[in-house]
Amino acid sequence: MLYSAIWRALPGPTPAKAVQTLLLVAVVVAFLFLWVFPRIAPMMPFNDNTVGTSSSGGATRPLPALPAGETA
Amino acid sequence: MTNRAARWVVGGLGDILVTAGLVLLLFVAWQLWWTDVEANRAQGGTVQALTRDFGRSSPSAPAAAPNEHPKPVKFGEAFAIVRIPRLGEDYARPLLEGTDYETLKKGLGHYQGTAAPGAKGNLGIAGHRTTYGRPLHEIDLLRKGDKVIVETRTGYSVYAVDRHEIVSPFAVEVIAPVPGKPGAEPNGSWLTLTACHPKYSAAQRYVVFAKLVRTYPRAEGLPSGTLDVPGKKS
Repeated sequence: MLYSAIWRALPGPTPAKAVQTLLLVAVVVAFLFLWVFPRIAPMMPFNDNTVGTSSSGGATRPLPALPAGETA
Repeated sequence: MTNRAARWVVGGLGDILVTAGLVLLLFVAWQLWWTDVEANRAQGGTVQALTRDFGRSSPSAPAAAPNEHPKPVKFGEAFAIVRIPRLGEDYARPLLEGTDYETLKKGLGHYQGTAAPGAKGNLGIAGHRTTYGRPLHEIDLLRKGDKVIVETRTGYSVYAVDRHEIVSPFAVEVIAPVPGKPGAEPNGSWLTLTACHPKYSAAQRYVVFAKLVRTYPRAEGLPSGTLDVPGKKS
């Protein structure tokens, strides 16, 4: 329904509609790839490669007894 | 009328589900493919920049024990190049200070507070097994004796792989100054690589321990053959 409504709303003959559709898809994919996904990825549990005292979120403290003075 | 309303609801629900499915598929593609594309480009650039930078540094710097007391490296800054011939002739990845999410996107991460390259103690390094350039994708190919070379401004520290272990994500003792023996006083120099295990999961950690063979000052350079791929005739 949503997609057919968009298709109907696009002006011009079928080839013109197809080109506009591709453009719209490209814009949506770019927005997801460059803006949305990089922001939700840190919350995913499978992006962690370190050993540490907490396992999720990626940002782990290596050892509890490390010297201070870091800017993390 | 009710028929039409029902069609609206079912149709709208279908649209939402189809869209959600497409977005999830796109997310998988982004995570498994696009992050590699972006990270490989960025990490290659960092290695080039480091190489240029190292080449410029003054050769008059004192050569004795170059890495024992290095200047502190700022969090998130690249300060070394890691080469692992077993993972490819051209395998070169930047090593950055810190192991948080943002840092590991840009290369391998140096566990803060662990030893400096070539220094006594244990140089702890984390890296992605999958996604974000996956520098340690093939960490399971490393065999005893394989070289891990850490190049810094002052020289090259050559480590040789000793053994591997698969541990829980909480096994912080693997990056202790003496690997596996927290609290023990180090009498040698170790390097520890940690990555996800199994691939595409973060349930465990694949850990490789390597022992320092020798540190070569930059002026001396690496002996020929150090960067040869093991088992491959050149």
